[in-house]
Amino acid sequence: MTIQFKQETFRDDFTFSNSPEAIRRFPFPFDRDEYMYAVNIEQHMPGPAKSAFEFPIDIDEHYVAEMQDRALVLKEDPLRCQSLPHMITAEWDLLELLMESMAKNYPEHFTLTKDGDRWRWVNRPLGIDQSFTFGDVSTLPYPPMEYVTRQCQGDFCLLDQRLDNLWMDSGIVTTQADWSLDFDIGMNFMEWHAPVPLAHDLGVFERALKFLLNLQQGRPVRRLNWTMTINPRLDTSPENYHKWGKDRTTVTPENVGDKVHLRVELQALWRLPRSNAIVFSIRAYMIKMEELVTVPKWGRRLHRVLRGLKPELVEYKGLSRYHGMTVDWLSRHDDGAPTSPGFFPD
Amino acid sequence: MSGGVEIPVRVVEIEQATPTVRRFRLAPIDGAPLPPFSAGAHVVTLMPARDRVIRNAYSLIDRAADGSSYRIGVLRVAQSRGGSAFMHDEVTVGTELRITMPVNLFPLAHAGRKHLLIAGGIGITPIFAMAEELRRTDAHYEIHYAMRNAASGAFVDELRARHGDKLKLYRDDCQEILAVDAILPNQPLGTHLYVCGPEGMIEAVLEGAREAGWPEENLHSERFQAPPTGEPFSVRLAKAGITCEVRGDQSLLEALEAAGVDAPFLCRGGACGQCEATVVEADGELVHNDHYLTDADKASGSKIMLCVSRLKGRELVLDL
Repeated sequence: MTIQFKQETFRDDFTFSNSPEAIRRFPFPFDRDEYMYAVNIEQHMPGPAKSAFEFPIDIDEHYVAEMQDRALVLKEDPLRCQSLPHMITAEWDLLELLMESMAKNYPEHFTLTKDGDRWRWVNRPLGIDQSFTFGDVSTLPYPPMEYVTRQCQGDFCLLDQRLDNLWMDSGIVTTQADWSLDFDIGMNFMEWHAPVPLAHDLGVFERALKFLLNLQQGRPVRRLNWTMTINPRLDTSPENYHKWGKDRTTVTPENVGDKVHLRVELQALWRLPRSNAIVFSIRAYMIKMEELVTVPKWGRRLHRVLRGLKPELVEYKGLSRYHGMTVDWLSRHDDGAPTSPGFFPD
Repeated sequence: MSGGVEIPVRVVEIEQATPTVRRFRLAPIDGAPLPPFSAGAHVVTLMPARDRVIRNAYSLIDRAADGSSYRIGVLRVAQSRGGSAFMHDEVTVGTELRITMPVNLFPLAHAGRKHLLIAGGIGITPIFAMAEELRRTDAHYEIHYAMRNAASGAFVDELRARHGDKLKLYRDDCQEILAVDAILPNQPLGTHLYVCGPEGMIEAVLEGAREAGWPEENLHSERFQAPPTGEPFSVRLAKAGITCEVRGDQSLLEALEAAGVDAPFLCRGGACGQCEATVVEADGELVHNDHYLTDADKASGSKIMLCVSRLKGRELVLDL
């Protein structure tokens, strides 16, 4: 199926929006009317057709515009993409994973042909036709991770495994919910999760780390995480806090439906074959409240989740200034009817 | 969740590398390329014996560039519990087996400044793959390979051709001793040491390194440990309501698999922690043979690794 790619922006005039089809396939993260941290990891198996989980790497109508936004971020701040020298094998592993998955599942848009180590990559939406030698960095215009992730939606971190821990030694991060690769690079799993409240006491990170150290090749896993963002801005980084932090003061009861977005991260982890590293992908999806309530179940449920959210989480997720207004706005879309179990629309 | 994805393979070549080591080339039956693997990885090989499926972990030597085959090396052990005897006596060119996806519990520390590879006997198999990766990436490394005599030096010719004088050989029959106190001092800071071979050799090398002041995190080892045998006992699964007997020559994990229980595993050698189970009751002494549980875990008597540990007593009750 050919995707109709949209021309839209994630900054300045914020023309981003979701088509009705994109709303239906939004990865709504709540399977019940309340939320608390859990090690909510499941196998990253193919999900229902047309859902965001149908293929290992999801390409959607926002692809071209997101890649243009990434290029702008990298131009202003090259440190959003960093890689320590020992991660080069993992970079090639990532290039192979993404190109193979995109070419296999979206053949009308991407084609990969191989003749031994001589590969040819065709990316029709971005107008790219590149022949190169797998394993030879001099044959690509960028290092392999940067090359392929300038052409793939989502942020990517490459985690080296050593000393029974995972180390964030490489990554490209331009669509993040207020964390910084430049700050975290070289840290281990426990260090970069240190700021998260409550979850440490539940032992969530010890269990998650133990699980990930045994992550198997060919058995990727995924989880959903969420926060909220004012205006459809992909780059809510600490580096650019001066640009977006003040957006949170612009929410009024009249503009909640248009300005407040639920931001969901589809996070997936794969064991990489040659390097034994793990790739951690973080794909952000955004939906404004007006779009979200077109699915009645989601409107009811999000109202109840936000209403019951623990104060520590309201604070940590940065919702304090507009949490009350959003709950009030959503209450008009909650008639108190029961909601069905599970994530998907009724 | 058990061992994960399995790949059907056919044996396409057998090579008698030494009087006791055979190398097997395995090709995928469906023709799809076998996945690349990281140096130090193993696959669990599932062998269809007459009365049961035998599962043994074997290190991967290499992969054909086009993914058309893997090679593994198998030592025939004197007291085989079935696996190495099956590979040596029953397997011929054309035999069909299944393997799991590669798992790496003995990876290279990619950030290391230099790599010291030490192998004894069949322990050369993962070291062979690691040396090749280090050569490919132009890293700084040495290989020290100890063997009984020239005839038991599987891989020597291939190693010499690839690594030249980076390879040092030690032959027992020539009274050549791999002396750790000669190798370990004066290595540059940031050197990582990897040792694979017989238990006694691993202990001696690690002990020598600690005495020489090496930091623990720069020491890496892989033991080729078969599940130790012992006395028979019964195991009862409290949740599943299943009781079965564990024979003396069988591991707990194997007995559960024979009873149709899909128990989790990865390494089957007491290293990875995947098959950890909670003990509800044990009317005897738990014999812990793994390298995974902490001393405190073992002392608590509440945990056991199904793949290598057992009960010296009558009945073990597990929370499964």
